[in-house]
Amino acid sequence: MTTASLLVLSAFLFTVGVAGFLLRRNALIAFLSIELMLNATNLAFVAFARQHGNLEGQMAAFFVMVVAAAEVVVGLAIIVAVYRARRSASVDDANLMKF
Amino acid sequence: MILLETFQAVPATGLFSLAWLLIAIPLATSFLLLLLGRVSDSWGHWLATLAPIASFAIGLLLFLQMLGADEGSRAVTVHLYDWISTGSWNVSVGLLIDQLSILFVLLITGVGSLIHVYSIGYMAHDDRRRRFFAYLNLFIAAMLTLVLADSYLILFVGWEGVGLASYLLISFWAHRDSASAAGNKAFIVNRVGDLGLAMAMFTMFSLIGSVSFVDVNAAAGEMGGWATLIGFLLLLAACGKSAQVPLQSWLLDAMEGPTPVSALIHAATMVTAGVYLVIRSNVIYAQTPEATLAVAIVGTVTLLAGAWIGSSKDDIKKVLAGSTMSQIGYMMLAAGLGPIGAAFAIFHLLTHGFFKANMFLGAGSVMHGMNDDVNMRNFGGLAKAMKITFLTFAAGYLAIIGFPFTAGFYSKDHIIEAAFESNIILGTLALLGAGVTAFYMTRLMMMTFFGQKRWEPDVHPHESPAVMTVPLIILAILSLFAGLFLNGWIQDWLAVPTGHEVHNTGLLHITPIGWLTMAVVAVGVFIGWYMFKDDIPKTVPQTKNVFAHAGRNDLYGDAFNEHAIIRPTKELAAGLAWFDRTAADGVPEGGATVAAGLGGLLRRTQNGYSRTYGLTLVLGVIGVALVVALGQLG
Repeated sequence: MTTASLLVLSAFLFTVGVAGFLLRRNALIAFLSIELMLNATNLAFVAFARQHGNLEGQMAAFFVMVVAAAEVVVGLAIIVAVYRARRSASVDDANLMKF
Repeated sequence: MILLETFQAVPATGLFSLAWLLIAIPLATSFLLLLLGRVSDSWGHWLATLAPIASFAIGLLLFLQMLGADEGSRAVTVHLYDWISTGSWNVSVGLLIDQLSILFVLLITGVGSLIHVYSIGYMAHDDRRRRFFAYLNLFIAAMLTLVLADSYLILFVGWEGVGLASYLLISFWAHRDSASAAGNKAFIVNRVGDLGLAMAMFTMFSLIGSVSFVDVNAAAGEMGGWATLIGFLLLLAACGKSAQVPLQSWLLDAMEGPTPVSALIHAATMVTAGVYLVIRSNVIYAQTPEATLAVAIVGTVTLLAGAWIGSSKDDIKKVLAGSTMSQIGYMMLAAGLGPIGAAFAIFHLLTHGFFKANMFLGAGSVMHGMNDDVNMRNFGGLAKAMKITFLTFAAGYLAIIGFPFTAGFYSKDHIIEAAFESNIILGTLALLGAGVTAFYMTRLMMMTFFGQKRWEPDVHPHESPAVMTVPLIILAILSLFAGLFLNGWIQDWLAVPTGHEVHNTGLLHITPIGWLTMAVVAVGVFIGWYMFKDDIPKTVPQTKNVFAHAGRNDLYGDAFNEHAIIRPTKELAAGLAWFDRTAADGVPEGGATVAAGLGGLLRRTQNGYSRTYGLTLVLGVIGVALVVALGQLG
């Protein structure tokens, strides 16, 4: 398995994440898409770490995972709170912060 | 060009080092009375009267000591403290007591004391008498600062102080709108003159870095053309303070103040400060014939203008005010004649201080008996009702018209003679002024003290109390005899500070011009007597005489100011306000409008959909990535 094919997979996953975030209205799916983008970058990190034969990329991947875990906790809490208040998990319904 | 010897002042010793008490005593009483408030209502006026008397006693002691000293060491400087001390630029506060300033000290405190005593009676029924006396003391302190200063800057402090006291006292009865307006007018017109003095000081500072009299006198010789500029600026200052044309308009309105104020400030002392300034700067004027001539011309114009106004007014105080302008015009004329006239200017200033204070206080006494009426058409026949007032007023009258051997006879004749000596035109005009003076003073006497009684029905004239008549008697004696004592002596006494040329001024030495003056005065008296010996109508007679109309309207001085200065200034202000509203405010307001409009447009992008923000983020990242990638390629 070459680094190039790993990077192609990573870019594909990232693109799927971006498209998901931009196109889906369900807050949970949008959230899932963000996780997908994070893990696509993680894949890129470890692919480069493997090519260079050092641990820096793997370290960065761990950092991203920790941050993602923390983010999931906060993000899901917000989504649940919004759902309770508005009976909706659609991101388009939470549009009060505008002109 | 005449080179003058500048005085050499010696440092103060003994009694002279206490000279600051002259100023400190009235200043302290003034503040005391103002701060204590009603507590001092019952005794404040007595304390305030003691203050100028104490200053007078100190002044007299200093004077006697100077009289004993030899001529070279009479001028004494008293260093008080350093005001500003910054390396090369130092201003110290000090007093200069010389032959000139000590005469002023005696005049201010002497006449001031008499007027304080008089005011005890005159203001007896006023609720705010204590405040009045506090202001009078403040004036005495400021005026003494003015004449005792050893530099123009300290003089300026006193100059502004007397301006403040004058303002407070003119508008003392501020419940009358006219008094309030008159106070403002005096203050504002004086600002114009103050500008002249301030700019003269700026010029001196930039030229020689000092404004002390000693330094300025020493450097006057090297000033060249700057001396002319300083001379004109000082003349502007003198015009403002001494109510000379073109800044004369405030003095007639200043008569709104209580009569003792008119006597002290607007006749005897403050209005002569301009003359003092010119005489004190005589070394500068010696360098500049142009400015000196301008002083003489201003004096001549004013002496005629004042006499003109005095001839046509029915208000007794305004006649005296016009007369004051006129007499100060004589002093300015004498000061503008250079060294031959300077001592006579001071001589006339002193005698004028006596006889004009006398007559103003006499007018106050008349008003006191006539329920504060000032219209001479309601007077008449008062000679019998108010004997002491009449006799003392008559002494002042004789002195001002220059009746032989009275004070004015010597001082005014000397000025006319000196004027003839230097310029025939100025001399002739001064002689004419003497005739008009005799006319309007005779008119005043006839309308007030002689003829039919034209009193209002409820008026019962009575003589004033002794506290008012005693100062009148003392001033009357001085009006009659001061000239005899001062005549031979004053020129020698003032030789050093004014740099004079001694004239033959014997008591009985009457020159042809002296005889001529007497003849002109006699004609003036005769015309005055002839025109006003018969019945005088109660109302102002209608007349088509343009001269009378001009005189009654103060020679249109107010109208001139209105059209030449006030209206253009208002127009200019209105124009500037329009510019401010449109152009000056328009620029920032226009900018703000554009920014607000742009903000409104940009606000549209905030639509509240998180997808839009996400897209923006993605596009931004792609943009950054493109820039980086293209950078790598390039």
